[in-house]
Amino acid sequence: MAGLHSYLLVSGLLFAIGLAGVVLRRNIIVVFMCLELMLSAANLTLVAFSRFNGVNGLPDYNGQMLVFFVITVAAAEVAVGLAIIVALYRARQTIHTDDLTSMRG
Amino acid sequence: MFAWILLLLPLLAAAANQLYLKRNAFIASLVSTGAVVATFVIALVLLGRDDAVVGPVSWISLENDPGLSLSLKLDQLSKGMMVIVTGIGMLVHIFSLGYMADDSAKARYFTGLSLFMFSMTGIVLAGNFIMTFIFWELVGLSSYLLIGHWYQKDSAADAAKKAFIVNRIGDFGFMIGILMLFGITGTFIFDDMGGGLANFKEGYESCYACLIGTAILCVFCGAVGKSAQMPLHVWLPDAMEGPTPVSALIHAATMVAAGVYMLFRVQLSLGVEIFTETFAGDVIAWVGGITALGAALMATQQNDIKRVLAYSTLSQLGYMVMATGLGGGDAGMFHLYTHAWFKALLFLGSGAVIYACHHEQDIWKMGGLLKKMPITGATFIAGTAALIAVPFTSGFFSKEAILHAAEAKPALFWIAVAVAVLTPFYMTRLVLVAFLGSPRTDDADHAKEVAPVMWGPLAVLGVLALISGFAFFNGIAPATPAHAGEFHVNKLFWISLGALAAGVIPAFLLYGGRSKDPLSIPLFRERFYIDALYDKIVVKGLQNGSAAVVHFFDEFVVNGLIVGGASRLAESFGMLFRRVQSGNLQGYAFTFGIGVILVIYFTTFWK
Repeated sequence: MAGLHSYLLVSGLLFAIGLAGVVLRRNIIVVFMCLELMLSAANLTLVAFSRFNGVNGLPDYNGQMLVFFVITVAAAEVAVGLAIIVALYRARQTIHTDDLTSMRG
Repeated sequence: MFAWILLLLPLLAAAANQLYLKRNAFIASLVSTGAVVATFVIALVLLGRDDAVVGPVSWISLENDPGLSLSLKLDQLSKGMMVIVTGIGMLVHIFSLGYMADDSAKARYFTGLSLFMFSMTGIVLAGNFIMTFIFWELVGLSSYLLIGHWYQKDSAADAAKKAFIVNRIGDFGFMIGILMLFGITGTFIFDDMGGGLANFKEGYESCYACLIGTAILCVFCGAVGKSAQMPLHVWLPDAMEGPTPVSALIHAATMVAAGVYMLFRVQLSLGVEIFTETFAGDVIAWVGGITALGAALMATQQNDIKRVLAYSTLSQLGYMVMATGLGGGDAGMFHLYTHAWFKALLFLGSGAVIYACHHEQDIWKMGGLLKKMPITGATFIAGTAALIAVPFTSGFFSKEAILHAAEAKPALFWIAVAVAVLTPFYMTRLVLVAFLGSPRTDDADHAKEVAPVMWGPLAVLGVLALISGFAFFNGIAPATPAHAGEFHVNKLFWISLGALAAGVIPAFLLYGGRSKDPLSIPLFRERFYIDALYDKIVVKGLQNGSAAVVHFFDEFVVNGLIVGGASRLAESFGMLFRRVQSGNLQGYAFTFGIGVILVIYFTTFWK
């Protein structure tokens, strides 16, 4: 059976991929998806810890509860975030971050 | 009690005028005049009372120190002086009712007069040096206000400024002198100074003369400023820019008298030895002598009626200061007393002439005024007679007292005699040109005698100018030298009579019937170029020099370092942080991520 390390490794890889995507990709939808990836990586970590830190053969349900919260919040965030992206596209006719430079000092 | 009223009444009048009566100029003038009449009555009442020190009222108390108190000193000197100050002040106020009747700022003028009376009363009655100094500065302020009464004229504003600044120069020395005397005697109170000085003399025999001499010279600096001695005399002739009654007040009773009065007060407090036994006395006497001679020479070539009188005042003040320096302060005060009456008369007379001639001041544009204005002319001639020391006039007695005081020092004595020759010369010239002969301009031709409110004071002063020197009047004189008011035919009498003749006769020969000045001595007319020199060196040099310093400060320190520096600092910080705002969305996210990692790292692993 795969140990905790394997889960954490996968989770770390997922998080790194997500972070790299957020930092490097220019398409804002992809950035957004990478953001979700990072949240999923965190969820995976939480579930893994919950599973392996169980007492008397039962998992630690606190970690799993937190995962549900994160998923809920992420869903809400997606709703808001996609709405912002649609509004942005309507205003600027673009979703490339290279073109969104109005905050340059 | 009376003394406090005497001091505060003019202040109340000034405050009432300034605060409530600005729009009611007529009432304001009456309030001021009423106040000064009341003070004159009080001064006369006090004259009959015993000497006393009123107070002291504690003003500032310090630990382990007597502190400062307010007290009024009433002795023959201050009581007699008060009669002069309030008496002439009263006549000047009354004269001003006529002279300034049409002035647009009459209320301000009378406020200034009342303030002036208050300041001068304070100097006269002061029981300690701190009070003297406070009122000394107040006199400077009120003279500034009055000389600059017609401040719309540049020349009046400049003259007021000049008077104030020149006086400040002297006052700085005065302050140092007061502090030195405090250090020596340990007190500011006049009555206690003599004892303190005696203690000091016992304790520090070797440096006594040197220190006290220096202190007295510093105090004398104040008198040089206020009493307009050389080299700080330049403000007095320029002060003619003020209204003529103010000139009369300044020249006769208030401002310039303060210096001589203060010197004599110091002499009374510390003993005459401070003048006769130290080098200070010699310096003071020579400054006085040189001023007397220089000013008399300048007066011979002036064409403005008020300027002639101004230089004559300078010259007479030089007399008084010289006598004081020689230890004859009582002779100086006696001359101050007689001089006050006749110089006030001459100035008010010239004011009447100027008023009648439609503000013409050039004597060569007058002439024949004696016929047109008989009362003014007659009183003016009476004042002139007193000034040039015609026997049995008041000036004759006091001038003889001064010559007597100077007898011990031949050089100064002959300077005094030379001045006694020059004075009749320029005064005869003035009278001949302005009052005799025939009118030379329409203004002079149409001159009419002034109103009674103006010639009334002239008549009173005219009588006083003639008789105030007699021994009978010694009771109101602030100080009387021995044999004052007595008449002896001795060597001095013949010398002063000879000097009178030597002045009057050439003047008659030179100026009788002339319509143009036959003499032209640019050196005297231009006042030995002293004013020009000050203008070049002090005013221009100092002004340009300090302007350069100020410019440097403004340009480099303020603009470059403080204001410019602050803005440059903010700007460079802004440039630095501007780089951070790249506008790159992922850049922000990356920085944010690093920040989160750092926070986690530090909170978790940092010990």
